[in-house]
Amino acid sequence: MSNKAISEARRQIEICNACRYCEGYCAVFPALTRQAAFADGDITQLANLCHNCRGCYYACQYTEPHEFALNLPKLLAEVRQESWQDNAWPQGVARRFHRSGVAIAIVVIICFALLFATARWIGSAGGDGFYAILSHNMMVAIFVPAFLVPLLSIWISLRRFWKSIGGQPLGPKAGIAALSDAARMKNLSGGHGEGCNFEDEDRFTRQRSISHQLTMWGFLLCFAATASGTILHYVFAMPAPYELVSLPKILGISGGLMLSLGTAKLAWLKPKGDKALGDPRVWGGEMAFILLLFTVSTSGLALYGAGATAWMPTLLALHLGSVLSFFLLMPYSKMAHGFYRLAALIRDAQIK
Amino acid sequence: MTSKTEMDCEVVIIGGGNAALCAAITAAMAGVRVLILEAAPKEYRGGNSRHTRNFRCMHDGPLSVLTGHYDEEEYYNDLLLVTKGNTDEHLARIAIRGSQDSQPWMEANGVRFQPALSGTLSLSRTNAFFLGGGKALVNAYYRRAEALGVKVRYNAHVDHLVLEGDRITRVDFTENSKSHSLSPKAVIVAAGGFQGSIERLVKAWGPEAENFLIRGTPYNRGDVLFDLLDQGVQSIGDPTQCHAVAIDGRAPKFDGGIVTRLDCVPFSVVVNKHAKRFYDEGEDVWPKRYAIWGRLVAAQEEQVAYSIIDAKSKDLFMPSVFPPICAGSIPELAKKLGLEPEALASTITEFNGSCQAGNFTPTELDNLATKDLEPPKTNWARPIAEAPFYAYSLRPGVTFTYLGLKVDETAQVQGQEGPVANLWAAGETMAGSILGQGYLAGFGMTIGTVFGRIAGEEAAAYVK
Repeated sequence: MSNKAISEARRQIEICNACRYCEGYCAVFPALTRQAAFADGDITQLANLCHNCRGCYYACQYTEPHEFALNLPKLLAEVRQESWQDNAWPQGVARRFHRSGVAIAIVVIICFALLFATARWIGSAGGDGFYAILSHNMMVAIFVPAFLVPLLSIWISLRRFWKSIGGQPLGPKAGIAALSDAARMKNLSGGHGEGCNFEDEDRFTRQRSISHQLTMWGFLLCFAATASGTILHYVFAMPAPYELVSLPKILGISGGLMLSLGTAKLAWLKPKGDKALGDPRVWGGEMAFILLLFTVSTSGLALYGAGATAWMPTLLALHLGSVLSFFLLMPYSKMAHGFYRLAALIRDAQIK
Repeated sequence: MTSKTEMDCEVVIIGGGNAALCAAITAAMAGVRVLILEAAPKEYRGGNSRHTRNFRCMHDGPLSVLTGHYDEEEYYNDLLLVTKGNTDEHLARIAIRGSQDSQPWMEANGVRFQPALSGTLSLSRTNAFFLGGGKALVNAYYRRAEALGVKVRYNAHVDHLVLEGDRITRVDFTENSKSHSLSPKAVIVAAGGFQGSIERLVKAWGPEAENFLIRGTPYNRGDVLFDLLDQGVQSIGDPTQCHAVAIDGRAPKFDGGIVTRLDCVPFSVVVNKHAKRFYDEGEDVWPKRYAIWGRLVAAQEEQVAYSIIDAKSKDLFMPSVFPPICAGSIPELAKKLGLEPEALASTITEFNGSCQAGNFTPTELDNLATKDLEPPKTNWARPIAEAPFYAYSLRPGVTFTYLGLKVDETAQVQGQEGPVANLWAAGETMAGSILGQGYLAGFGMTIGTVFGRIAGEEAAAYVK
């Protein structure tokens, strides 16, 4: 962790603690008023609790040119980002991908090529639909490790993080409180339910929280679609392809639409926000991650639409390639925020 | 001159804080074209309102975030207590009564409220807190005003109002070192007091004012106020007085705002630069004691004092933005403060020797007093004995000045021979009519809101 970011964040947080005007915006301020002194772990916790709604910046009487020069959203974004990179395993990979959109794009291209080549030269020993291009067993052989290894990496990172913020053993009460906050994205509500600041300076709108919720819930529905497909395949011996009125299709199409819409809107919003209120070092990496998710969802939908055409094998390679990149990059991309944020919300509920 | 459409207006409002914005919104809603001339750049717009946090509000029953009820008589009595009767009852009651329907008006125009902040529960019945504080309120009002077509010019410093007969005929202002003149039909002055001008403070108070810190904006220099007074407009309020509290001596010269306040005095021993005590630190509870200490410190040599506590009192008050100066012994602390170590040690020893056994209750007057000590400490007197020892330097921090424009109940400014036909005033610039001395938390915003709305309405009616 860079001492510079932490100690600058501490300086700013101490000013906030003497002011307290922003108490109503989000969970960060009530959390900091519970303390008089801030250890490094406390600051990392506050940084991960921050949803970057920016309300405190635009309401602050001490932003530049004032000599106190407060910009808490930026400092917390930097500390948060560094906490993900420092806790990540392995670390070098984390730094590269968080910062570089180009690096993410290269991984996508390699994964696409890999899938394309596998389909072309190894192919399938026969099967229906997509499995005619790439056999079910081959997909499992690629995606099971590509899913489990990153999960293991995240697990290792989160344990480190949990220890650093002084987390207690998990209990149902704090867990439910945190999930409920995340499900409603309470910390992007501005405290008055009118949303957050982002695309038009101090104007409160729901644009960002709606885009985020479409993305988050869309993603979860897609994940549920895949999970339901897996269960149908192994438990009920009902392999793909599925009818339109089937659990995987209903979940997958609605989730895919939400995820496409949400990420498109996030990508459209992102350039409108003031870069200086986040961590500018990772802007490119964040944008590439949004576009990657967009590619995952739209290629999935396109595959549904064009499943019976000559485009199918290419689209399949593109879709599976983007999904593979997404899985592999989970611990080293903006995706990490979901895990850390939830952990911080649980920790906050434990302290409250 | 800048293009006509950019400055085309019927009402010019001088100032860009709460009162100015309430006037602008009200006038614009009445269908009048309004131009705001704000002396500060956009980042510092809003005058002292950007440092405020609440609004004292009368209410017959629970209202928005306010609990219980707070009626006109109780409110007025609270005001009488702090001003010691030095108030214009008629105007004060207009402000008090106006506060009740102003609260929903504020919400309708974008202001959002929150329950009282931690550490301020004593105000949860009487004061409605702004979500995000005063700058958030100011931001919301600018959004609202601009949506209503109000034009705003920043860095626009008004140099002179031409008063001919009973009318203002011209407004001269400088914007980014370019001079402009306008002849609007009506003018509203909401440009605050004059505490931003150290020169004027020195003239009014004496050379000690050089050492005062100004808690709010440096843009309230009183240029428009004095320009009008020089032309014979009637004044109100003691021209030599300002409201000052004791704040952290390390605060910036201007705009330190809320975070520079210190609540440690009642738990401490306060000495001057000769390491001598000079006043009863335990006289009364906040906010009363808070208000007198500015004056007390101003009367000390070099306008500085030191508040000294020991380890057991460190967490009894809100943290200051600056960490206390800390030492393992009293003489060592004295050295760090630049005080004579023996003198401070002897003051503390004498104080400790006069402390009595008894129950210490930090939240109320506990009568734990010193015996045979001059001056006495009449409450919370515990020996300063547990290392480490901590100290804060104190200086007078000026909040506002009392001198203002005399207005009538319609916020109209009064000239030598009756009202100036097209001139109104609102906010700090006329608050001396109501607050003759002292201060009541959140009342400045009440005056600004209520009289800002009145001024906006009257000016619009006049224009039409």
